Amino acid sequence: MIKALFSAGVATAALFATPLAAQTIAITGGKVVIGDGSAPIEGGTVVLRDGKVVAAGAGVAVPAGAQVVDAAGRWVTPGLFAGFSRLGLIEVEAVNETNDSSAGRGDFSAAIDVVPAINAKVAPIAVNRAAGITRAVVAPAAPASIFAGMGALIDLGDDYDAVTKARAFQFVELGETGSAKAGGSRASAFLEFRNALIEARALTNGQRGVAAHPHDALLNRQDAEALVPVVNGEIRLMVHVERAADILNVLKLREEFPLLKLVLVGVSEGWLVAGQIAAAQVPVIASALNDLPSEFEKTAATQSNIGRMKRAGVTVAIGMINDSDAHKLHYSPQYAGNLVALQRVPGATGLTWDQAFAAISSGPAQAMGVDAMLGSLKPGRQGDVVIWDGDPLELSSAPVAVMIDGVQQPLDNRQARLRDRYRTPQEGALPKAYDR
Amino acid sequence: MRYGLTAPLAAILVVGCANTTSTEGPSSASSNAPKAAKVSFDENPYPSTYKPYGGAPTAIRNVTIFDGEGGQIDNGVVFFSDGKITAVGGADTPIPADIMVIDGTGKFVTPGIIDIHSHLGDYPSPGVQAHSDGNEATSPVTADVWAEHSVWPQDPGFSRALANGGVTSLQILPGSANLFGGRSVTLKNVPARTMQAMKFPGAPYGLKMACGENPKRVYGSRNQKPASRMGNLAVNRQTWARAAEYKARWDEYERKGGTPPTRDIGMDTLKGALEGKIQIHNHCYRADEMAIVIDMAKEFGYTVSTFHHAVESYKIADLLKANGICSAVWADWWGFKMESYDGIPENAAIIQNAGACTIIHSDDQDQIQRLNQEAAKALGDGRRMGFNITDATAISWLTYNPARAMGIADKTGSLKPGKMADVVLWNANPLSVYARPEKVWIDGAMLYDANDPKRRPVSDFELGQPGEGDTK
Repeated sequence: MIKALFSAGVATAALFATPLAAQTIAITGGKVVIGDGSAPIEGGTVVLRDGKVVAAGAGVAVPAGAQVVDAAGRWVTPGLFAGFSRLGLIEVEAVNETNDSSAGRGDFSAAIDVVPAINAKVAPIAVNRAAGITRAVVAPAAPASIFAGMGALIDLGDDYDAVTKARAFQFVELGETGSAKAGGSRASAFLEFRNALIEARALTNGQRGVAAHPHDALLNRQDAEALVPVVNGEIRLMVHVERAADILNVLKLREEFPLLKLVLVGVSEGWLVAGQIAAAQVPVIASALNDLPSEFEKTAATQSNIGRMKRAGVTVAIGMINDSDAHKLHYSPQYAGNLVALQRVPGATGLTWDQAFAAISSGPAQAMGVDAMLGSLKPGRQGDVVIWDGDPLELSSAPVAVMIDGVQQPLDNRQARLRDRYRTPQEGALPKAYDR
Repeated sequence: MRYGLTAPLAAILVVGCANTTSTEGPSSASSNAPKAAKVSFDENPYPSTYKPYGGAPTAIRNVTIFDGEGGQIDNGVVFFSDGKITAVGGADTPIPADIMVIDGTGKFVTPGIIDIHSHLGDYPSPGVQAHSDGNEATSPVTADVWAEHSVWPQDPGFSRALANGGVTSLQILPGSANLFGGRSVTLKNVPARTMQAMKFPGAPYGLKMACGENPKRVYGSRNQKPASRMGNLAVNRQTWARAAEYKARWDEYERKGGTPPTRDIGMDTLKGALEGKIQIHNHCYRADEMAIVIDMAKEFGYTVSTFHHAVESYKIADLLKANGICSAVWADWWGFKMESYDGIPENAAIIQNAGACTIIHSDDQDQIQRLNQEAAKALGDGRRMGFNITDATAISWLTYNPARAMGIADKTGSLKPGKMADVVLWNANPLSVYARPEKVWIDGAMLYDANDPKRRPVSDFELGQPGEGDTK
């Protein structure tokens, strides 16, 4: 039964002699990566209890009664955290009925909350789970406004309870896309932004927004109210911006709105103003391998961008905005590996392996302010653990087991089913439709 | 390099035989006229002006060699001189005394990487509307357009493909809005002022065709034919029928003389395809549609070189093998449109395992910079399902196999004596994520050296911009 031998599901079952029902699990003997930028630990142990990490590292004792999982020869890491995605919002990108990333013809913008659109059962979630992605930042795409609405943090578990944190951030476009949404100029986009926040602030001051300014208000009530926690710094404001001048203008917004909790996304020219970003203490979720002036706002794009920002002291993680962000979040370890490779290119600035892995695990969690709960194997974190058959950043590696909140996950998905059906393309005794 | 002038193609050139003094144009010729000068057309009116830049005779020693045709030599020697591969072999391969010798310990050599599917130059960076030159989306049949007439040599993407991807040759195709998208052109990835100076000498032309969603969406949304897959086929067949007629008229003229047929630029291309001079590169995702195209090709007497974006080739790999058709695929793209929904990462491996021709392509300005990594992922997924595929075979997916499919395998695509010295020295196994090109030679000229900023091309567009000359 070759098929059974190599099917991912069976391999996982072999690793876990019995299903992971025990409340305490000890994963022993693997090369343990904590995910916080520290070096991997050979022969480490990871202990999970009640779905959370209790301890991880060398010399960690296996608690009595724990279910022991032998990970000798494997790598054990925190689950990967997709720093920017549209996971759960899209089944097939170009099929409108299955694409809930934006509502170009809708009436709302900032008030949009992605949560009702998230479907944990879309194929992209199953495929990315099998590739070791366990959490994701999910952002809506901007409709007819610069404001896209409120994004969420999700897990990729095989259940309907995907949302880890609803209304985790407001997403806004303030580069070329923002300019287009605001009628055609960045000046208009920044004015639209300022006006919206001023209207929201009027609400927080007890003025009743639309009612108080019947002739001025541009935002409808729902959109204005959604921006109140943004202007108050209660939820993060994630800004998509690429060119250096735009980055500086976004940082300046805090002069007028001092409570803004900014997170920058994209940031292809960040290296040019890395010192200012670092000084502003604004975290960045950057595209890793942009190196072409594919738009004028990315004229200075280079794969050294993240390395240079990191060196300048910026808190930086990897995200994939507008880059396979619904289906191929599993590119993130490949991207991280490329940044490691840059270390050997003269004149380039890359990341160490430890930094690169952190950029796809604890990095996004840190940028989103949830690193006390997610993104690493430090004590107290949710039990998101992946056991790999090799270096997780290497192209030949794959997970052999994935746990989310300490629960072992199925690695099966429709791609795997198609693979198994067509291992030999020819029909057998019956048509392929009977082969399952 | 010019094709023979006797074939009746291309521009209105009245090619008088050397001994004729006739000044008659085609319109005055008649079947009864005594032996009028035959009308003939230049098949190569925009000829390559590419000239190799030359380089010192060079040998790389102590290096792991993937020869492009599936062979691997450990601790080997690659020696090239005068722009050609001179010798490839084991440690005892003789090398002249007075040449440049590079120690390749811990490093790897491959043939120059070849991308069979690129739009660099036609959809260049920056991707502004003014640069959008890859689809003549004004009619579903535009066999008359030539991708080379859109190529902007200053696209910064060429240099990235060279420096990060080791790409030395690439085919620029028209887009897939149309059923017949037009002619492709094969380029050497050498920076130049003109398209002609990049043009691969002697490479045959290709014809881009497209199945499926794109043509029916583009024209259906304008309430034009085709609006369905059956509409696609109807227009395809009608067009091939006309092409067969056109060819028959010219064949008859060739045999009998008389009044030459009226020239049709688009039909020239289809006639070339029917004569086997122009390779068919057919964008086609779904297995069932590929099978229909295979029959259509038989109906009209042409052959398909390669199905591009063939995400469902794994379902009919046996059929593709039987028909000798290559599949150019991504490692793992899927789900972006309905016809890509069944894409699986094991596609390339299943095609390979079935013995059919496997190619990894990019169709993308970013992935052209890491075709080696895409191949590595596909290889890993194949091995995980139990297929025994060697590293060297995976390298053939982006070297020898695309060269064959593009009709240039006699010139490049593998490290064989006499072939163009298109060579990449990698600082590690190119199937590792940690590998990068260290040096790239094209026709023996070192055009990229990671250790020398002066061997890093910078396009006109990038001069004077922030980040000019950066490592990128």
